[in-house]
Order: sequence, then structure tokens, then C-alpha cells
Amino acid sequence: MSDVLGFYPYIAVAILLMIGLYTVMAHSNLVKKLIGLSVFQSAVFLMFISLGRRDGGTAPIAPMEHGHAVVDPAIIYSHPLPHVLILTAIVVGVATTAVGLALVVRINESYRSIEERDALASDRKVDEQLDQAG
Amino acid sequence: MMQHAPALIVLIPMLLAPLVAMLRSPGAGWALFTAGAAGSFALSILVLEQVWSGGVVSYAMGGWVPPFGIEYRIDLANGLVLAVVSGIALLVAPFARASVAHEISEPRQYLFYACMLLCLCGLLGIAATGDAFNVFVFLEISSLSAYGLIAMGRSRRALLASFQYLVMGTVGGTFLLIGIGLLYAVTGTLNMADIAERLPATYDSRVTHAAVAFIFVGLSIKVALFPLHQWLPSAYAEAPSAVTAFMAATATKVAAYAMLRFADTVLGEALVFEQLPVGEIGVLLACVAMIAGSLVAIFQQDLKLLLAYSSLAQIGYIVLGIALGTADGASAGLLHVVAHAVVKCGLFVVAGVVIYRLGSERLDALNGLALRMPGVFAALVICGMGLVGVPATAGFVSKWALLQALIAEQAWVAAFTMLGSSLMAVIYIGVLIERAVFRAPDTSLSDTGITPLGAKLSLAALAVLTVLIGLWSDPIAQIANGAGAGLFEAGR
Repeated sequence: MSDVLGFYPYIAVAILLMIGLYTVMAHSNLVKKLIGLSVFQSAVFLMFISLGRRDGGTAPIAPMEHGHAVVDPAIIYSHPLPHVLILTAIVVGVATTAVGLALVVRINESYRSIEERDALASDRKVDEQLDQAG
Repeated sequence: MMQHAPALIVLIPMLLAPLVAMLRSPGAGWALFTAGAAGSFALSILVLEQVWSGGVVSYAMGGWVPPFGIEYRIDLANGLVLAVVSGIALLVAPFARASVAHEISEPRQYLFYACMLLCLCGLLGIAATGDAFNVFVFLEISSLSAYGLIAMGRSRRALLASFQYLVMGTVGGTFLLIGIGLLYAVTGTLNMADIAERLPATYDSRVTHAAVAFIFVGLSIKVALFPLHQWLPSAYAEAPSAVTAFMAATATKVAAYAMLRFADTVLGEALVFEQLPVGEIGVLLACVAMIAGSLVAIFQQDLKLLLAYSSLAQIGYIVLGIALGTADGASAGLLHVVAHAVVKCGLFVVAGVVIYRLGSERLDALNGLALRMPGVFAALVICGMGLVGVPATAGFVSKWALLQALIAEQAWVAAFTMLGSSLMAVIYIGVLIERAVFRAPDTSLSDTGITPLGAKLSLAALAVLTVLIGLWSDPIAQIANGAGAGLFEAGR
């Protein structure tokens, strides 16, 4: 049981991943798809940050005594590298959402709808009219 | 100067992109894009030559010694991919000038070239880097600029195609990120060579197995391997012609290289092919892709869609080579990356010229092409034969190598599937040529008259390359063989 509790961030990660992926696949509304995508990416950020937690770890500049680093068990040490990686990934995520939203604006301008279903149906209608004309 | 070449290959397009965005002139944008591609290509060739004579080139980014800093590590495999990607960019450039002026509104043209440079930078970065996390970052750089480029297509459908690619591409990229994160969790390092060294101790860990699954599913989306290919046909069909010609020849190919690098070097063939069934799944999906892609291509009425579905089949060939899990398979896959890049780029430039002159991409527009545009028709025939794999063209060299690798592994079903798919390619290329030769030109389409000089240059160069690789295959075959062996050696 304690094992399961010890891994609770990862359980949250798995649940968030599933929620995000389901939203991306199940919704026809393009903005909801982007929200799902953001949740999906956030889950991965959380995973990386959870990886940074080290039991008994310490920063390389911790005070030394008798050749050993002094570790205060009350202080929870986090490895900085995953945080830095995720800073990059967050920037990528923001950029993706921005590009996605810009596309949704343009789609709304040209299709008058942000539902994928409507847009596809409207394209099909144009095809049929062309076929009848030709 | 030469010692910084591995970094400069990637940095030249990266630094030129904001410059193009600031200059706001289409002419300057095109000139800088051409210059950037030429610079990267020249440096790629120099580095490839250096690797060929002196072994692996390692570059410590910012002077931080690997594995602490980011390492750029060029061996024969990625040296070849760098040369192909930057070379294709250079060959597409002359065609892009007229095609972009025709298809994209004037105020957006400079942004087009800025995005092309960023996309080129991302693709070259994936190939050059020796750091697993860096692969993800460059993958997203190339993908984000690709979404923008596809959205610049002529019809509103381009927007939807771009959005669908954005959703699938981001899921793929994030899967790769999860995989890399899990690898970091078990090994504590991001340097590829370092991961390869430490991973064998964790071969039985479930975390490692999950990492393998995430990495290959993520990359399969980027490669557009069946059944994760849905984004590709509409994206290729709706993107501006120059983008399609560039992306079809490079984007999926670089993802295939990443697959090769992760399978053979980073994760190691003992884990991927012997302990886990990645090879079997890959061969199966590649076979389905080869048949399904070619079959769907036969029934297309839209030239760009036809070529896009044919790309799906050709990606099957490349993945088949990778999934064999042998050095011969890997080198055959790399050879097909080169051959298909040249051939398919040529065919998409043909499609672009047809759109430029006749304003239609329906197959009807090809009717009477042999009389209307004999030069373009000749390029269509040569590149088409290259796609089919007629002897003395590029496609033959790679397909022959792949067939030999398959026979060595006694993968008979895959070998026959591959031959069957090539026969289907005869049909869909045959349909194009039949229309061009025997049907009367469609008079309802008004011909604008002349093929732009740049497009002629691109077409001539690509057609000549197709034949040249076919006739004089030794240098490239030797590099690919060395690369295949090198990938496996680095993983041990």
C-alpha cells in the first residue's frame, strides 16, 4: 500500500494523460481538442518534475562535514535538471497551443464554425457540388 | 571554422530565420533561404567527408564536455541524412521562388521563407544531435514551423489539414518526450551514447519496456507509419507545392532516421528486436502500409493525393528495412531514404509545375502533358521510374539492397509484399504516363505558357540525380553500408 501511495504523482500523471488523450479524440470542438492536448502535455510535465525528487539527495554545493555532505532530512531535495528540461517543454507546449489557437481562429473565419464535424461536412458539400457541375 | 561545422550546419538556418522575418522582403527571404540551404549543404558534405576518412565527429556544444553538455555526434548515418536534408532544401529552392510567388499572397511570402528555414533547422537538428532531449526540442521546432507552412496552402482545407497534423504531431512528440523521460528515470542521463552504455542493466525493468513502447509509437506518428498516417495525405495534398516537395522528401525521412538511431544505437538491438517484439510489429505494419498505400494511390483522382499515398507505401519500405534489425536492413533503409527523397521530391515538383501552369491538380490536368510540356513529362517519367525501381534509377539501388537484406533474413512474405507493392507502383505511375501520352489535352484549362526557369532547374537536377544514383551507386551504397554497420557498433 505504501508503495502505491509513494507513487501517487505517477498515478496522477497516468490519469491526466488519459483525460487529455480522451478529450483530444472524443471531442469534435477544436478548442476542446486543444484543451485536451494541453492537459495531456501538462501530465508529462508533472511526470518529469516528479522524477526530480530524490530521497536523501543533496545539492552539490551542500556544506561538508568530515568529507560527507550534511543532509537535513527535513529538506526535500529536487534534482534541477528535469525542471530545466520541463521549462523547455512548457515553452514548446505554449507555442503549440498558440499555433493551434491561431489555426482555430482562421478555421472559424473560413468555415464559420469551430466544430471539426461541421467543417468536414461543409467540405464534402463543396465536393458534391463540384462533382455535379463537372 | 571546420571544427565548428557540426553546430554551424544547424545554426545557419536557425539564425537566418529571424533575419528573414525582420527583412520582410520575399526576394531577400528567398535569397537567404537558398544561401542557408547551400551553406548547410556544403558543411554537411565537408563533415561527411571528414567522418568518412576520420571516423565519428563529436562536437561539444558551448564547450561543455559530453555527457554533461549537449553533444553533436555525426557518424556516417546522420552525416548522410544531413546531406540529404540540406541538399533537398537547396534543390527545392529554385522551384520555390516561382511557386511561392504564384500560390502565396505577397505579404506572407517572407514568413513562408522564415518558416522554411526554421523547419530546415529543426530537421537538421534532429539528425545532428547526440542528446535524446534535444531530439524532442528539434522535432517540435520542425513540426511547429511545418504546421504554419501547411496552413499557407491555397484552400481553406489546408487549415483543417494543418490542425489535424498539429493534434497528431503533438501527441506523437509528447509520446516521444514520455519515452525519453522514462529513459532518463532509469539511466539518469540524456546523452545517447551514455544511455546506450547504462541501459543494458535495466533491460528487464518495466520502465524501460514502457519507454521503448512510447518512443516507437511517438516516432511512428511522425514517420506516418500505417495506421498512424491519417495526418499525412491531407497535409501533403493541401500544403503549398514547394512545402510538399520539401516535406515529403525530408520530414518523414528524418523521423525514420530517429527511429533507426533509437532502435539500433540508443536502446540497442538486443532489447528492441530480441527481447521485445518491435521488429515483428514493424515488419507487419510496414507490409500493410506498402500494400494499402499503393492500393489507395491507384484509385486517386488528385495528383498530390496520389503521390501522398504512394509516400505511405514508400515509408513502409524504409520501416521494413529498419524493422529487420540487421545492419544490412538499416543500410537498405537509409539508401531508400536517399532514393525516395530525390524521387518523390522530383514528382512533387512536377505536380507543382502542373499546378503553376494549369491551376489544377486533378489527374485530368495531366492529359496530353507529353505534348504540352515535354521537359516536365520527361522528369515525370524518370522520377516515376525511380519510384517503381526500374534498373539504372535510384529506386532500383535501394529496393535491390532491401530485397537482399530480406532474403538474408529469409523474410519471404515481406519480400513478396515488397515486390507486389512495386508492381502496384507500376500501375499508378503507368496511369499518369498513359494520361500524359495518349489522352488529348483538356482544353478547358488555360495554360499560362511557360515553366519558370527555377522549376526547370530543380526538375533537371532531381531527374539527373535519380539516374546518377542509379548508375553510379557505389559511393552512396558504401556510405549506407558503413552507416548501417556503424549504428549497430555504437549500440554495443
